Amino acid sequence: MTPNPRPAPDLNRARDPAVRFDSVGLRYGRGPEILSDLSFDLPSGSFHFLTGPSGAGKSSLLRLIYRARQPSRGLISLFGRDTALMPRSALPELRRRIGVVFQDFRLLEHLTVFDNVALPLRVAGQARASYADDVADLLSWVGLGERMHAHPASLSGGEQQRAAIARAVISRPELLIADEPTGNVDPAMGRRLLRLFVELNRLGATVLIATHDITLVRSLEAPVLELADGRLVSRPRAA
Amino acid sequence: MSAPGKPRRPAALLPPDHARDRPLFAVAAILVFLASLAGFGAAGAWQAAEGWTAQLSSELTVQLIAHDARDADADAVDAAAQIARLPGVIEATARSRADAEALLRPWLGGAGLPDDLPVPRLIAVRIDPDAPPAPGAIEALLGGNPYEVVVDDHARWEAAVQRSAGTVRYFALGLVAILALAAGAVIAFAARASLAARWDVAEALHLVGAPDRFVTGIFQRRFFFLGLKAGLAGAGLAALAGYALAHGAGAAGAVFFLPVPALGWTAAAIAPGAALASALIAALAARLAVTGELKARWP
Ligand SMILES: Nc1ncnc2c1ncn2[C@@H]1O[C@H](COP(=O)(O)OP(=O)(O)OP(=O)(O)O)[C@@H](O)[C@H]1O
Ligand SMILES: [Mg+2]
Repeated sequence: MTPNPRPAPDLNRARDPAVRFDSVGLRYGRGPEILSDLSFDLPSGSFHFLTGPSGAGKSSLLRLIYRARQPSRGLISLFGRDTALMPRSALPELRRRIGVVFQDFRLLEHLTVFDNVALPLRVAGQARASYADDVADLLSWVGLGERMHAHPASLSGGEQQRAAIARAVISRPELLIADEPTGNVDPAMGRRLLRLFVELNRLGATVLIATHDITLVRSLEAPVLELADGRLVSRPRAA
Repeated sequence: MSAPGKPRRPAALLPPDHARDRPLFAVAAILVFLASLAGFGAAGAWQAAEGWTAQLSSELTVQLIAHDARDADADAVDAAAQIARLPGVIEATARSRADAEALLRPWLGGAGLPDDLPVPRLIAVRIDPDAPPAPGAIEALLGGNPYEVVVDDHARWEAAVQRSAGTVRYFALGLVAILALAAGAVIAFAARASLAARWDVAEALHLVGAPDRFVTGIFQRRFFFLGLKAGLAGAGLAALAGYALAHGAGAAGAVFFLPVPALGWTAAAIAPGAALASALIAALAARLAVTGELKARWP
């Protein structure tokens, strides 16, 4: 018998979009449909903005991507896999491939900024010695080098936001999802943080940034997904 | 660049939080205290009941009734010496007429008995409860003598005492079981409540890719030690209270069936056992609650 040819996962993965929505709808409980008929692809390695007025459903759409919610109808695929068919046991591995910047940060109050940012690496079983320098470098890049041993409660909103961003990118996720990542910082810091996302994208990550900030959207030539009343207004050009 | 003065060990993911842990600590400590006291009571009752039946089955009494004007005291001493040689007999002691009179005095008054009144002599026989002399052995041994022998092996009493000792034991055990169940339920409930206050930690860990067993492991360890600390506090106080009751207030000790004077090893194991049980219950409750909540939130 001849051995099976080796599968070419990289090729397949390159062809699979990082995210695929197919006629997706979402309602919370018995409420009205917050998101309707969403169909789009985020090709692997692409960079997109997600805009729309407050309450349009941006955070809800992101929740569907990092699987904090499951759609009430339609189909969502991540890295080529149907999320509805994904067993629970596959969740940790999926989570490690996705970095999320939450709109409300979700930093742990009893951990220092350093420990908060290191959390994904620690959970993945890495030794402190192996990541300490990386974490410190990243914190300096986002301007928190002096504050790394502070606790989140003693940070400004913008500083907490930068800590949340650092935590989302520290493990070099394949997919980065950021919910209003520049909402609390000045324009100069906003551009600096955007460079961080672009850098990660250059390294191969797929990036989706939800934002109100039109100047931020205009500062890059990246396709925009626009939500209004839970529906997509414009479709992304091919990345 | 490296972090200046960074700590060697990573910070605890779920450190003690005294304000949030206090209700669970108090509830667990109080319930372990009560359950331990009930446990001491049960051990004491068990010991006492054991004592009653052991005493009964390791003793018998021989009555020697002389008809003629014989020297009954001498007969009793002689009979006791013979009985003492029987296999299964540890000791046989003849009681003199004076002993018998002393026993009868409460009923007959202190005036003394007429000398010619035949007073039965008693021989107290201590036997090996595990290998007692064959039934009828004493009667057969003393049968040829010119006096009458009645052997009372307490069998009539033993059945009744056994029954009431059994009742006391199972009542005590039942009480402990009910208290332990209540304590377990309340500790589990308090652990869940204390957990709800820490849900942010479980959520953050899950969202950065921690497997369920990583998250539950952290909570389980944390609540194990919390339950253990509370349990040790409660059980320690109970041990002190039990000691004070048993030694300081003898009457109260008897009332509560506290084991006096020496704690058996089972009684000595009650306090640490209760503390460990409290730790295990808190850990299990935390484990079930976290697992359930993780599955419910992210199916
Ligand atoms: N957990 C929830 N339960 C019920 N309704 C919700 C929930 N989360 C959001 N919604 C509703 O869904 C709609 C969309 O909310 P969402 O947070 O996704 O909007 P958004 O575009 O992110 O807004 P913003 O720009 O203000 O962050 C809103 O009407 C909101 O009230
Ligand atoms: Mg939002």
